[in-house]
Amino acid sequence: MLQKTGPKTLVEKIWEAHQVASEEGKPDLLYIDLHLVHEVTSPQAFEGLRLAGRKVRRPDLTYATMDHNVPTDNPFVVNDPIAAKQIAVLEENCKEFAIDLADLNSSAQGIVHVIGPELGLTQPGKTIVCGDSHTSTHGAFGALAFGIGTSEVEHVLATQCLWQSKPKTMQVNIVGERPHSVSAKDIVLGVIAANGIGFGTGHVIEFTGDVIRSMTMEERMTVCNMSIEAGARAGLVAPDETTFAYLEGRRFVPSGDAFEFAKEKWRTLRTDEGATYDKEIVFDVTAMKEQVTWGTNPGMGTDVDGRVPYPEEMESESARRATASAIAYMGLEPGMRIQDIEIQHVFIGSCTNARIEDLRMAASIVRGRTVKPGVRALVVPGSKQVKLQAEAEGLDEVFKSAGFEWREPGCSMCLGMNPDIVPEGERCASTSNRNFEGRQGRGARTHLVSPAMAAAAAIAGRFVSAKAMLEESIVS
Amino acid sequence: MEPLRRHRGKVAVLDRLNVDTDQIIPKQFLKRVERSGFGQFLFYDWRFHADGTPNPQFEWGNGSADGASILLTGENFGCGSSREHAAWALSDFGFRVILAPSFADIFFNNCFKNGVLPIALPKETVDRLFAQVKAAGDGGQDSGYALTVDLEQQTIYNDNGLEVSFDVDPFRRKCLLEGLDDIGLTMQWEDRIAEFEKKYAPRERYELFSNCYLNFE
Repeated sequence: MLQKTGPKTLVEKIWEAHQVASEEGKPDLLYIDLHLVHEVTSPQAFEGLRLAGRKVRRPDLTYATMDHNVPTDNPFVVNDPIAAKQIAVLEENCKEFAIDLADLNSSAQGIVHVIGPELGLTQPGKTIVCGDSHTSTHGAFGALAFGIGTSEVEHVLATQCLWQSKPKTMQVNIVGERPHSVSAKDIVLGVIAANGIGFGTGHVIEFTGDVIRSMTMEERMTVCNMSIEAGARAGLVAPDETTFAYLEGRRFVPSGDAFEFAKEKWRTLRTDEGATYDKEIVFDVTAMKEQVTWGTNPGMGTDVDGRVPYPEEMESESARRATASAIAYMGLEPGMRIQDIEIQHVFIGSCTNARIEDLRMAASIVRGRTVKPGVRALVVPGSKQVKLQAEAEGLDEVFKSAGFEWREPGCSMCLGMNPDIVPEGERCASTSNRNFEGRQGRGARTHLVSPAMAAAAAIAGRFVSAKAMLEESIVS
Repeated sequence: MEPLRRHRGKVAVLDRLNVDTDQIIPKQFLKRVERSGFGQFLFYDWRFHADGTPNPQFEWGNGSADGASILLTGENFGCGSSREHAAWALSDFGFRVILAPSFADIFFNNCFKNGVLPIALPKETVDRLFAQVKAAGDGGQDSGYALTVDLEQQTIYNDNGLEVSFDVDPFRRKCLLEGLDDIGLTMQWEDRIAEFEKKYAPRERYELFSNCYLNFE
């Protein structure tokens, strides 16, 4: 087995612990501890197995749910016949291949990247894959978690392994004094805006530094979730007491002595003193402000009190063209103040920002205020568990009485595969992860923000600082 | 998978940066449960207006990509969603080779699984090719700029003396040259996988991955 000697990074440790085969000049055969499955990227994989007469090798290490297509007003009424078929096909496949499925009747159902951690399926040191790029979310627990295509889904189903070339490693060290108003979402958007949406390509990012250490698990998940928006193969954070406290007592986490034993082992999951990364980036959050994207990729963002850039400020001809084209698609003017951008839709949800803390944060802004007339605002909890917890805390009432719609869990307006779509030419403040052209609907204009900023935008009808709104310096 | 050894084809140009998989295959077409038939939806929201009529403003609106099988494009092609539908759409449309300065990782993997060869070339080389295609004129179905991509020799050349070599992972090259089904290939490692599972792998979903401890202590 080809393994590194001397001090190792966390990624290298997890990698080497999962090598089934490793030969010079070939990718490694890597063992997968957990395979998460959803309805959109799996039907062709199961069909491939059937055609070749193959079985699922480890149904016990596989877990499925439905999230992408699920309607969030009434999940049981799927009017789109093709979406209904995809949901039905997942049910049939899970039955045929004996895979556990959190279906629409299950109290565990939700967005796959929300329920994995919630159920305790996601654990430090595991290799985790799913046919979805935001699988990087699970890295928050010190797991090596990455998105794969459907052919690889089929490969993992059949063999529980994947051929993978060893990734390069990168440290993104988040330092400085974090301003109270700056959320995990603002930080990760800031990192991508500063370094570009391709800076992580070919690398696995380890997020380090005091700012990361003092983050909650929910915040770390937001950061790791967006590492794919930097092009990284995965993003992770070394586990610590915060991680263990989150995991303790969850359904698939060992309990009692076994948990104590696990903790001892998990504590060894960290980058050794003296280990080096292929690339290192330092990002200081001290002077950061709340972020809003103005363009058509997650790196096109700025401060809430900033402006839309002028294309001629860009370095290369192709960047000037891309900027001009993004501004045109977004229906903005160069030099325009971000705070003058009016929105018609607000989406609080997605695997990036639909966990309980996200909803609490948004509710703290919304409480006692009213959604601006003409703005349609949606809250889509990330899972049934999140929804129940929020309702137990009365957050649903806070949102509903302010004029928000309170929905059932699913991916929803993040990618508009269900009926939750932003109409052409209209503008949405969204807590999701991608502002690509057409992502939330053909011709829809997406601005990525934190839950607090989305809530503030719903109240003001335009982008304003959530911090300022809390300080009531802005009259909506 | 259809093997790819040497391929000669017309080049279609998409001179844009960061083309994401949401553009390559918009989400409304991800609900099919088949692998086939995605070519008609390739770059759908760019190629067609909302009412389904062709958009002549799009780079390919004049037919410049008709009959093309090699795509020449900008940095970070295929970023975003992991949807393999993007590779299926490109392949079904007729593309066998994609040339760009860089690719997003998941998309890059997905291409190889579908008999499509993505080649990362130095940016200057791509810029030179952009210039050559533009100089040759776009043309319609049977005209335009052609290249030959030889995977065995790892070179790209044309009739006018251009010749560039390229790198490709040897394992992926072999799979593509021979059109190998890599699941079948992996299953030949069954003994090793079984041995690994016996020693290290979790026997239940909630069990720890025991090898972690062995290596870290």
